[in-house]
Amino acid sequence: MSFLDDFMVRAALAGLGLALAAAPLGCFVVWRRMAYFGDATAHASILGVALALGFDISVFAGVLTTALVMAITVSTLAGRGYAMDTLLGVLAHSALALGLVAVSFFEGIRIDLMAYLFGDILAVGRVDLGVIWGGALAVIALLWWRWSALLTSTLSPDLAFAAGLNPRREQLVLTLALALVVAVAMKVVGVLLIAAMLIVPAATARNFSHTPERMVLAAAVTGAIAVLGGLQLSFEMDSPTGPTIVSLAACLFVLASLARSLHRAISAK
Amino acid sequence: MNLISLNNVGVEYGGNTVLSGVNFHITKGEIVTIVGPNGSGKSSLLRNIIGALRPSTGSVERAPGLRIGYVPQKLHIDPTLPLTVRRFLSLPKRVSTSRARAALERAGVGALEKQQMSDLSGGQFQRVLLARALLNDPQLLILDEATQGLDQPGSARFYQQIEAVRQDLGCAVLMVSHELHVVMAASDRVICLNGHICCEGAPEQVASAPEYRALFGSGTQGALALYRHEHNHRHDENGCNHDHATKDTAA
Repeated sequence: MSFLDDFMVRAALAGLGLALAAAPLGCFVVWRRMAYFGDATAHASILGVALALGFDISVFAGVLTTALVMAITVSTLAGRGYAMDTLLGVLAHSALALGLVAVSFFEGIRIDLMAYLFGDILAVGRVDLGVIWGGALAVIALLWWRWSALLTSTLSPDLAFAAGLNPRREQLVLTLALALVVAVAMKVVGVLLIAAMLIVPAATARNFSHTPERMVLAAAVTGAIAVLGGLQLSFEMDSPTGPTIVSLAACLFVLASLARSLHRAISAK
Repeated sequence: MNLISLNNVGVEYGGNTVLSGVNFHITKGEIVTIVGPNGSGKSSLLRNIIGALRPSTGSVERAPGLRIGYVPQKLHIDPTLPLTVRRFLSLPKRVSTSRARAALERAGVGALEKQQMSDLSGGQFQRVLLARALLNDPQLLILDEATQGLDQPGSARFYQQIEAVRQDLGCAVLMVSHELHVVMAASDRVICLNGHICCEGAPEQVASAPEYRALFGSGTQGALALYRHEHNHRHDENGCNHDHATKDTAA
């Protein structure tokens, strides 16, 4: 059984860590219509890679910092009523382009750019695994702690204010969690596909959930299936692992949506 | 005892003065209605009171430990967010099933617990919002154009429900509305707002005040009378007390 190979076990554990952290956060990204926000944050992280290499600090720290700066910039601008889709489009893609240009300056260091863009889950080491699970657990703990407040602020900022909560602080919590997940996910699925790992399992889970909590649970299960199945498939087909995981998640989404339509059609008769 | 008092409050948005020199207070058990045309600063005033907006000038004082029940103008729930009525009531604080049930009963929507929020009609939705606002046993119930999107009989029934709730709980009620004919006669005090307080007083006083007439025209005198008529009518028909709530539809 291929899963017993050491690097495969590490890859599976890394992927599961991401799936668990991405589930609750992904649900908020979907509920709050922050998909593009996730993209912008993720794309900025390639700039973090360049900075990390330039200043000789850990890539994780570099990515976390730039992702955080980007996320805070975007959520600040969002509060000031800019035309958000245009602004996010500008920010996301210019950050990615700028990052790619910056990375190219480091000729002395050999960088596998593809590994940052599409992830390199099979190369996850013990230290990476610790970082990924540390980050994932931090995100889960943070969202668990603020769960009710986050959900209330998501429904309506005014309801949150009336209940004595501060929706701006909850927004900051999400921003922080997003930066953490981006930093964690980079090694697993890469910069270009992080948003997919957030959104696709959550969107799949929506098809069979009646409460927010069940949706998170279903998203975690969907994400876990996508990670494990994707690993197996990419091993057998010799395809790039990150994209295979996301492709499988997309298949699950289509299946779940079809199943729901079918169920509705039958119960309507 | 004042639950809330606003002292000389002014609000500015991006250089535009929305409110200026507003002095306002509400005491225990009082029903106060704020009326005013669109853009008169009604919602800004409410948002100051619930603490969602800080005044640019002046100050807002709340009684210590004040419990506010807030029914927002409208609440858009994203279709991607699955939410049962029962779960919605437990936000942000978890409440026991018996309390949730009691609040729904009190708001006139007893049987909706397991429904998805997105499947409710306009009238049911507003009542669920009302039920949620009643959960913390509020001293002050705030309603922001709570009957928007309901037809006239629907909003009349909604306000009757509010009166019943207020008699049960003895809470103060602060309403913002443009539906003068339904609201005014039930209020202890009416405040007519248009960037500042134009006039205030008992409903009859305000309805005949020249400042009020200048804003709303004299036709509203008739509307006030119409409410009176409906009010009497309700007492005549007290025997017919079937469940109106389930028949409400979104307008």
